[in-house]
Order: sequence, then C-alpha cells, then structure tokens
Amino acid sequence: MQALPSAPAPAPQRQMLVGTTLAVVAIVMLTGSMLAVWALQRREAIDLSGTWLPDGVTIPEVPTNVMLIAFAGICVFGQWAVWSAKHGDRPHTVLALGCTALVALLVINAQAFVYYRMEVAIADGTYAVMFYALTGMFMLLMIIGVVFTTVAAFRYIGGRSGDQEILVSHAIYWYAMSVVFSAIWFLVYVTK
Amino acid sequence: MTTIESSPDAVATATSDRDADASSMLDAVAAVFTSTDHKVTGRLYLAGGLLGLVATVVINVLMSVERIDGVDTVLGLQILPQLVDAQRVGLIFATLLPLAMAGCVAVVPMQLGARSIAFPRLASSGFWMWFGGAILTAVALVDNGGTLGGDADAVGLFIAGIGLMAVGLTASAVSVATTVFTTRAPGMTMRRVPPFSWSALVFALGLVLVMPVLLGTLAYVFLDHRNGRTGFGGNEGIFTWVGWIITQPVSFLFAIPAVGVLAETVPVVFGKRAAVRGVLFAGFGLIGVAALGGVTQQNVQNLPWAGSDVNVADLGTKIGDLVPFLLFNALPILGILLVMLAVLQTARPDGGFRFNFSPAVLFAFFGFGMILVGMLGNLLHAADDLALQGTVFEEATAVYVVYGAVLAAMGAVIHWAPKLWGATFDTAKVTPLALLGLTGTILAAFALYIAGFLDQPAGIAYADDDLAIWNLISLVGHGLMAITVIGFLGLLALSMRGDRTVGDDPWDAQTIEWTTTSPAPRDNFVDVPVVHSAEPLLDLKPASASDDRSDA
Repeated sequence: MQALPSAPAPAPQRQMLVGTTLAVVAIVMLTGSMLAVWALQRREAIDLSGTWLPDGVTIPEVPTNVMLIAFAGICVFGQWAVWSAKHGDRPHTVLALGCTALVALLVINAQAFVYYRMEVAIADGTYAVMFYALTGMFMLLMIIGVVFTTVAAFRYIGGRSGDQEILVSHAIYWYAMSVVFSAIWFLVYVTK
Repeated sequence: MTTIESSPDAVATATSDRDADASSMLDAVAAVFTSTDHKVTGRLYLAGGLLGLVATVVINVLMSVERIDGVDTVLGLQILPQLVDAQRVGLIFATLLPLAMAGCVAVVPMQLGARSIAFPRLASSGFWMWFGGAILTAVALVDNGGTLGGDADAVGLFIAGIGLMAVGLTASAVSVATTVFTTRAPGMTMRRVPPFSWSALVFALGLVLVMPVLLGTLAYVFLDHRNGRTGFGGNEGIFTWVGWIITQPVSFLFAIPAVGVLAETVPVVFGKRAAVRGVLFAGFGLIGVAALGGVTQQNVQNLPWAGSDVNVADLGTKIGDLVPFLLFNALPILGILLVMLAVLQTARPDGGFRFNFSPAVLFAFFGFGMILVGMLGNLLHAADDLALQGTVFEEATAVYVVYGAVLAAMGAVIHWAPKLWGATFDTAKVTPLALLGLTGTILAAFALYIAGFLDQPAGIAYADDDLAIWNLISLVGHGLMAITVIGFLGLLALSMRGDRTVGDDPWDAQTIEWTTTSPAPRDNFVDVPVVHSAEPLLDLKPASASDDRSDA
C-alpha cells in the first residue's frame, strides 16, 4: 500500500472562536431554561394566589436599569478592543479591555446592591429561592466573564498582540451576556 | 493559532521529560492523572464507564432478585429506594454517557487527522468533574440520599453530584465538537468526516444543548430543597423536574455514538465505501432531535387517542397531540432507520460478496438492534391507550437502549484497541460474548416489556404472583449480561497485557487513524496525511485488491 501524502501540521482554525460560541450556546440554554421555569412558576403562583412578588419586597429599579445600560457599554468596549487590535492600536486595546472589566465589575456591584436593597431571605419561599438561583447563576457567569477579560488583557499585554481571535471571542461572550441580562431584566425586574 | 492551551509540541516535550524522570509508580500514576493526551482521557472515561457498568449491572441483578417475590423482600435490603435511583442514574450517567464520551474523546481526533483534541485540559477536567460527581452521587445514595432519600444533606449531595457530572460532560462535549469543527486534516471537508466522528459531533452538540438545561433546573431544585421545599415538590419533585434526563427520549441522544460504531465498521467489514453518506449523516441528525425532549424537559409525550382508531371526534385536538408526539418519538426512529438503510445499502452485494469478519461489527450490529427495539418500545410507551405508563415497561426501554449501547461500546473498544494500546482481542474468545450479551439484553428487557403489558408497576413491589416468572427471566438476563461484562473485562485485561505487535492497519480499514502506528504516538501522527476522499486509505489499496473488495 502506498502512503498518503503528508502535509504540514495544520493549525487549528478558529478554535477559540468555535469553543466560545459553543460555550455561549450552553450559557443561553442554561439561562433560557431557568427563565422558562421562572415564567412557569410565576404563572402558577399568580393563578393560585394572584401574586408572585412576596409582600413587602420592592425591586430597586434604578440599579437594574443601570445594569442594562452598562451592558451596552460593555458591548461597545468589547468591540472597541477588537477594532483597536485589528488596527494595531495597542494602548486603546488595553484601555478598552480595562474599561470592559471595570464596567463588568460595576454590574456585579450593582447586583450585590440589588440583593442588599431587596432584603429577601433565601428561605422566604419559592420566589426567593428562584431569584437567588437565577441571579446567582448570572453572577457566576459575570465573574467568568471578568476572568476572561483579564486573561485576554494579559495575553495581549504579554506580547501576543497578533492574536486577535481571543478578543473577538471575548466580545462574543459579552454580547451573549448582554442578551442574557436583557432577558433577566425584562422577566425578573420589569414584569416582576 | 489562537488558544489558551500550550502547544502540543510544548506539552509533548514536557511530558517526555517527565516520563524520563518518572521512576516510581507514583510518578507514572500522576502522569496519567495530569495527562492532556486525549487518548489517556478517553481511556480514563472508558475505565470510569466500565466501572459504572459493573456497578449498574450488579444493581440490576440485586433489583431483579428483589423482584422475584413481589410482596416480601428477598434480600432484606433497607435501601430499596436508593437501589431504584442508583439503577437509573447508573444506567445513564455512570454507564451510557461515559462510554459514549470515551469513544468520542479517544478516537475522534485520530479519525480527523488531528494531533490533539481541542482544549485538551478542558476535556481532561471534564472527565475529573464527571468522576467527582459520580463519586459524590454514589456516596449520597449510600448515605440515604437520592430522590426518595431520608437524609436531607445526602439528598442535597445527590443533586450536587449530578450537577457536577453534567458540567463535566458538557466541558468534554465542547472539546469534542470544537475538534470536529476546527482540527480536520487537510482536504477533509465536513462531508468527508468519518461516520463515527459525525455521530460524535451530533452527540456532543446535543449535550451542549441538553446539559445546561439540566444544570439550571438542578440549581433551582437544590436551593429549594435546602430552603423550605415550597416550590419544587421536595424529594419527589426532584424526579418530576429532572427525571427526563434519565429516561427516554433523551437517552437516544446519548446512544448516537453507539449507532455510529455500526456505520463505521460495516464499510470496513465489506471493504466498500459507505453508501449514501448524506442519508447516513441525516440519520444521525434526526436521532439528535431527541435533544428536543431534553430542552423541553419532556419526560413522556403522551398520545391520548381515546379508545379506537375509528374515533375521529375532535380531530383537531388529536392532530395537535400527534405532532409533538411524532416530533419527540418518531423522528429519532426515522433517523435510526435511515442509518440502517445506509448500512444495508453499503452491505448490499453488487456483483459479488466479501465479508471480512470482525467481532467489532457483530457487537455493533447487536447493539444497534437493541437500541432500535428500545426506541420502538418507547413509541408504544407514550401511547396513553396502551396504559403502559407507570409500569416497568419504561425501565425495559431504558435497559434496551443502554445495554445496546454497551454492546456497541464493546465493539468500539475491540475495533480501536490497536490504536489505543497496540493490541487486539482474541476473536475466538470475544465473539461468543456478543451472542451472550445479546441474549442477556433480550431476556432482561423483553421480559419486562411483557410484565409492563401485564401492568406490573414501576419500582420493585407488585401484587400479582403470575408476574414472578417474567421477573425471573429478567434476572437471568441481567445475570447473563453480568457474565458478558466480566468476560469482556477479562479479555480486555488480557489484550492490554498481551502481545503488542499488531500492525498499523489490522482491519484493512479506510480512515486515516489507520495510517499511524499502533498504538498511536502521543501526537497521533508523525506526518498529517492529506485527504482526497471520504475513504482515503481505500484510495491507496492496490487496484486489484480494491476491485476485489468492491466487486467480489
């Protein structure tokens, strides 16, 4: 039998991009399913007792709206990092990544403030359990995002400035998180 | 290249240096535990899956012994509720999923001509998360946990253990799917991807879609269980909310790689190119529709038909019921039938007949048949008029699917053993095990089909003494399966310790993993081959031999 012709070892094509996209699909499925169960339980509670939000609980709308606006900023900063890197603008790339991390931390802080203001104990019933499960998962995803931003920034600062794929993947992650929070914002904080 | 992983060359160098210094057993074990070689990770999944299989078969035997007498307990066990949980979790999470993942992680990169799996540390950490979750789940069940457990902490541990397994399997699935999309050999278009790798892709994408849904639901159930148990039904609610993951139709999704083993081995045995590849790939995709049952958290899609087929009253409602029923239950069957059609088309004698026997194809064929019977059983189970819901019929469909997948997994191990540890199985000794496994599966599951039609309730207890015979037959079946598993493990050990002088292409195969040495080196290929067709090795066979193979 003859041998097959050999070729140079092929470089994986857009591995980070594909991997991030699959992770984003998983995140969307995760939060989508949690929101679906939320909607189901909410409807059943309203059918049963006419109310879903526990008595005495008020959702602070200012920080939740600020979080939504902040996500618009995160998307802009994430894309700014990509654009700057493609144009070889190292200072602006680093600045954009720094802004992304800063605003993401702001969102985490705002969510903690929402917890503080709502004063809902986790053992207060179905609403409280689901609220903390859903927003807790969201906080976990935010922390993962901040770590992603930090890794991308250090790799770029460390000299791998030609590696723009991770910045594109990083931007995709934050786009997905924006969609996720928009859904949470509408279902949990607006429709209540 | 953009990746946060070390380059394969750097990892290989580090590993080689470490191996050179490793003089103690501890170092060797540590090297395995920390390896990023996908073949090592795949073998770890295989070992974990086989361990889970042994435990699950033992549990099945214990349950069957208990069922011999429907009223009194035979073994005097106090953990019967945990036994029922352990069986279902064991079938799906400890057996079916790790065995399927083992094949995907170990074989797919080699089939694609990749030097490494994508995100090797992710795949490896996925295994360890799965393994840790399996241990936690087992500990919880022993400690009065599970869906009917009496110890709240152990029940919480049970939920957390399943969640950890889900995260780990998702991580490995992302790695497998990314590998198929990004690390194919030059010239290997998606259409030229080997059938097993294609089935692995559908399986991995399905896991990425399904497991997060399980995880989100588990988060709710866990917190609810720890805080008041008001919204999700307490212990019983656990099965209500997450039971869909350990039943049909979602288990069909997990069995797709088992179907892929048959599609991979039949063209090798008949020495022909796989026919109608488009139909074959579409078949895998249609079986993957079973993921819909997962994302909708669909446990059973009922088909109320109210009496008879001549009752056409309220036809609109009936059509409305029929559409989701067919979507969840009939499309996966259509998919496996398409795969069968493609396989038969490949095996069709055109001007002659050549059959280069391999025990792998026998295991794969029997496994495929058992999965198909399980799917058909699930179709019946969903029909309200047959009143099979709440009976042992559902358990029988799960046993058919999982034992079928186990047989196919054994075939996969036999087929790819040369590439994984450089040895083959003794054909004369391993072939009877296929027949034994087939017999065991049929006896274990078909007897419960009949018991289901005779209204034996799910679980262990039943009142009608006439049902005892079917449970006795089922016990014999599980016993035969246990013998099959023990025999296979023995032959596996002999194979791994035996003569490792097998050739690079012992099966006269067609895909490019057979161009590299047996066993495959750490980076799989010294030189990555260029691919010009879906069966690159068949292109290189001497023309006369090729003609013989296709025309004989």
